[in-house]
Amino acid sequence: MPEQMLFATEAALNGLMAGVMYSLVALGFVLIFKASGIFNYAQGVMALFAALTLVGIQTGQIPFSHLINAIFGTDLHHFGWELPAIVAIVLTGLVMILLAVLIERIVLKHLINQEPIILFMATIGLAYFLEGFGDLMWGSDIKKLDVGLPQGINETIDRVTYDAFGYGFFIDNLDIVATVVAGLLVLTLSLFSQYTKYGRALRAVADDHQAALSVGISLRFIWILVWSIAGIVALVAGIMWGAKSGVQFSLSLIALKALPVLMLGGFTSIPGAIVGGLIIGMGEKLFEFFVGPMIGGATENWFAYVLALVFLVFRPQGLFGERIIERV
Amino acid sequence: MTDMTEGYTTADGRRIGPVLMDLRNITLRFGGVEAIKNISFDIREGEIRAIIGPNGAGKSSMLNVISGFYHPQEGEVWFRGRKRPPMKPYEVARQGIARTFQNIALFEGMSVLDNIMTGRLTLMKTGMLSQAVWWGRAQREEVAHREKVERIIDFLEIQSIRKTPVGRLPYGLKKRVELARALAAEPKLLLLDEPMAGMNVEEKEDMCRFILDVNDEFGTTIALIEHDMGVVMDLSDRVVVMDYGKKIGDGTPDEIRNNQDVIDAYLGVSHD
Repeated sequence: MPEQMLFATEAALNGLMAGVMYSLVALGFVLIFKASGIFNYAQGVMALFAALTLVGIQTGQIPFSHLINAIFGTDLHHFGWELPAIVAIVLTGLVMILLAVLIERIVLKHLINQEPIILFMATIGLAYFLEGFGDLMWGSDIKKLDVGLPQGINETIDRVTYDAFGYGFFIDNLDIVATVVAGLLVLTLSLFSQYTKYGRALRAVADDHQAALSVGISLRFIWILVWSIAGIVALVAGIMWGAKSGVQFSLSLIALKALPVLMLGGFTSIPGAIVGGLIIGMGEKLFEFFVGPMIGGATENWFAYVLALVFLVFRPQGLFGERIIERV
Repeated sequence: MTDMTEGYTTADGRRIGPVLMDLRNITLRFGGVEAIKNISFDIREGEIRAIIGPNGAGKSSMLNVISGFYHPQEGEVWFRGRKRPPMKPYEVARQGIARTFQNIALFEGMSVLDNIMTGRLTLMKTGMLSQAVWWGRAQREEVAHREKVERIIDFLEIQSIRKTPVGRLPYGLKKRVELARALAAEPKLLLLDEPMAGMNVEEKEDMCRFILDVNDEFGTTIALIEHDMGVVMDLSDRVVVMDYGKKIGDGTPDEIRNNQDVIDAYLGVSHD
């Protein structure tokens, strides 16, 4: 294989795996949008909040310690424990479910039957609140997230490809883990929605609110359920991104990378979120590889958005989205 | 009329039971508009009860009051001998009142089978955890409910479209699927909002037959709204007639046919 092709293949593979990370974030958006027609601007911040909470619980930080110390003049920081990763992850999952209940009780409940734009504004408010709340609770310093995921170059792939092509591919172990986890997550979600009564209720609500009410489905319960699931998905995304680049404010900006993914895949399709992520991830890397050098590089910053723009012009509902039919 | 506390026997020999739903002095307003003005009537166990009236008479509003989509400002709703507090539609559904809609409210993206299965959601008992792992109880329950649903599918003769997404079905069949979903809940009271609207003669005859069969085989109490007078008179045991939000007649089809107020409302008379 010519050298150029090898490099391109490696870039494509890396792109696919980066794409999986985008998909993880996009998935949370799709879940909530499908069930309630709400575009949840806070999805990225939820991932940040989940990662912060995970680190906090795992390392035994006392929540609100800065606030407590400032008010009472104490000097509290740690409970003095270090929890196993799996315990901390389960506890954080419970926190995300509690968060979903609170969001429904405090915000959504009062906005039933409002215009989508009003709900959207509410989620913007939620995003900023959650961002500040997370800082207040756990402090705003950059944290290291370590739940024992393997990181660094995968030696096996490196060796096998070196033996075969005389050039070792650089594939990060963390990306491989993320791919597997995302695959499992999507599989679980689709089995849940296809075969369980709650899954069926969820699809019913996504399809028609009025009809769902008439068969005895409580919309509020479904909203709590779907925000909980989105919270768990945010936790998974938070773990993967946090392990990759540390837990800090910029983690919430991954939501921006999910936007072009959604435009490509469609706002209402779970497979769309996955395929959209893969296309963006791979497209980004290949574009940078082939076209980047001609126009001075740094194309990864904008390529996804331009691709999304092109899609908006020719296929506004995305690849997998429901056809938009206006009846006159 | 004779005393009917214990019910009555119809002309074709069916036994009608005591009052299942009693609506007492219902008044419903939208802002300044009174959609329903002080209406009272009851629905008895095993009965086919029709609500008729010209367009805008308040028939659908009445059905929405019964199914909890609207909440009347005045009056009481009594169901199975108990006064019902204001309820959300899904709570009403869980009490055993199923309904269809005038403009069909189905889950278009789901298959016929899945649509009908949603009708049984309120009857499924397994909890969140069991459902999440979908093992043992949850799985057995799903299978048991599937059997019931298959029986309804046979009953309404829609076997051939079981796996078809509802969005692809023609109008008449959608109406039938919606009826199937309502039946799947094994309701104590079945509300049908214009079950035959927009159908051709053949489809209407089919639907008529199904409604009679449902009532006959499952003993389901049915309240329906319908425009086609011929259909109403053939189907129902007792008829309520509404006009401009008021009740202008209540009785057997024969009594309604000879009621001067009803004749006036339908044929139109000058009001001076």
